[in-house]
Amino acid sequence: MSVRANYANYRGPVRDRVENFHGNQLVYVMWERHLLFCAPLTFLADPAMTFDAFLAEVLTPALAPHPESEALDFAEAQWRLDGEAFTPRGDASLADNGIGHKSQLRLITPRLSDLADAAI
Amino acid sequence: MNAKTSKRLNMKERYRIMTRDLGWEPSYQRYEDIFPQEGFEGIKITDWDQWEDPFRLTMDNYWKFQAEKERKLYAIFDAVSQNNGQMKISDPRYLNAVKLFITAVTPLEYNAYKGYARVGRQFGGVGARIACQMQSIDELRHTQTQIHAMSHYNKYFGGMHDFPHMFDRVWYLSVPKSFFEDASTAGPFEFLTAISFSFEYVLTNLLFLPFMSGAAYNGDMNTVTFGFSAQSDEARHMTLGLEIIKFILEQHEDNVPIVQQWLDKWLWRGYRLLSIVGMMMDYMLPNKVMSWAEAWTMYYEEAGGALFKELERYGIRPPKYADQTVIGKDHVSHQAWFIFYQYGHATAFNTWVPTAQEMDWLSEKYPDTFDRLYRPRFELLAEKAARGERFYNDALPQLCQVCQIPLAITEPDDDTLLSHRDTVHDGERYHFCSDGCRDIFHHEPEKYVQAWLPVHQILQGNCGGADMEKVIGDYYRIEMGEDNLDFEGSAEQRRWAAWKQAV
Repeated sequence: MSVRANYANYRGPVRDRVENFHGNQLVYVMWERHLLFCAPLTFLADPAMTFDAFLAEVLTPALAPHPESEALDFAEAQWRLDGEAFTPRGDASLADNGIGHKSQLRLITPRLSDLADAAI
Repeated sequence: MNAKTSKRLNMKERYRIMTRDLGWEPSYQRYEDIFPQEGFEGIKITDWDQWEDPFRLTMDNYWKFQAEKERKLYAIFDAVSQNNGQMKISDPRYLNAVKLFITAVTPLEYNAYKGYARVGRQFGGVGARIACQMQSIDELRHTQTQIHAMSHYNKYFGGMHDFPHMFDRVWYLSVPKSFFEDASTAGPFEFLTAISFSFEYVLTNLLFLPFMSGAAYNGDMNTVTFGFSAQSDEARHMTLGLEIIKFILEQHEDNVPIVQQWLDKWLWRGYRLLSIVGMMMDYMLPNKVMSWAEAWTMYYEEAGGALFKELERYGIRPPKYADQTVIGKDHVSHQAWFIFYQYGHATAFNTWVPTAQEMDWLSEKYPDTFDRLYRPRFELLAEKAARGERFYNDALPQLCQVCQIPLAITEPDDDTLLSHRDTVHDGERYHFCSDGCRDIFHHEPEKYVQAWLPVHQILQGNCGGADMEKVIGDYYRIEMGEDNLDFEGSAEQRRWAAWKQAV
């Protein structure tokens, strides 16, 4: 559908296009069934950054407040990217991994503690 | 005017002259040029004379009634301030509900004033114009009286000092702001369907009663008195809401699918907005009124159900996804409070883990969800806080493109998985919290691609840079350690204890 406007060809600015992020892009990460984080997280990242660097420098510090973060081993984790199963290449860049601006990554980990009973 | 009226006019005559008689047939301008917004939404009006004036009130009487109400209202405000009314509240945590009200709701009243002033200009029918004009003035009065009601508390408590500034900037206030701006940037018929019908008629009891009863249960005389003063206005507004829907539906059968889509959209948008009322009721009121789930059952499922039954004869069905609101009633208040708790460094009010007694109340009110999902979370947070590691989430949340709420609400059929939808439009990816919000986007993508999402604005550098303390302090004007953080150990808690000792 298209908007019904008071004049023809109504369009507005696309507020969050990648050009507005000064060379960076947005990446969202949902740690599935870990609801201590109330929502998926939003990160600003350089698309040339490797996936491993993204995990180490960006994601790990953000997940640190979670009691399971110490037991979290990314090598054991499964990933989904924008709704599809995804196997990241750690030494390739975000861009080369197909992680685009405003892509959402899902981190799926095996049971790490009893907190899983309440999806914390 | 009728020149022969030397004696007093009877009521009916007077009403006619002071309302319908104020209109005229244009002779040298085209109707479409005078009312340029009346047609573009596709609503067909065949006869404005069929409009039944909902208020039956003329402007001169209106001023008289309202002035009388104001006199009583301000007499009570004076008495409250002379008697240190701020000390009569149940618990200083209560004031956080007032802070939420003045920052999130009062600016909506002001936007309503502007909205009714605008759309009132756009209708060809005199009756609709007069109704909008009066409601517009009501809304301005509500803005002013709410500010005056709460200004007494502003002298003693934090978080209320910059509410219009905060409304335009603070991340969670973008939820009510974007809700209302969505309505204000729609055509005049959608505006009335959104605000007069969906919000004021269907959902208003869920906004007003919890706040006003909450005030009564917690010793806040000013807010209760404001509530009484606004009640007769609200009754008129509800009448306008019902009249506009019936009028549009009766005018032309082509209007039915358009109205149906608006009802689907605005029930969903209103429901999402009211999550903050849910958390206010279940978490912020020290003396509880009723639970959010009970309120939703009573005011939406029962009262709203009867209303939509009545509208069936026009070909209207209950709003889409209403079933999801019924599933969600056992979750949203907890999930909303949980957002504010972990981003409590960026809120203009205090947050806290509920007391043991409050958690027992929540278990009783939410037998299927609280002990299973939410109590363990709060117990973990309490443990963390006791160790000196009170949890503040330093990473920013992902927001819904439409309602702008963090994606913190779980799937209707899986309450341990966050609900998420996405779509690609014109090569750009967009994310949503629900089917309801995704549908709204798909219907008018050109509108929602422009959304000013607070998280994205921070990351674009538009809110004072990358330092979150500066964003919160300088851009939002939330004073660190004074307005925000946990109630335990807060400036508010310390001051209250000192005042209580002094009396």
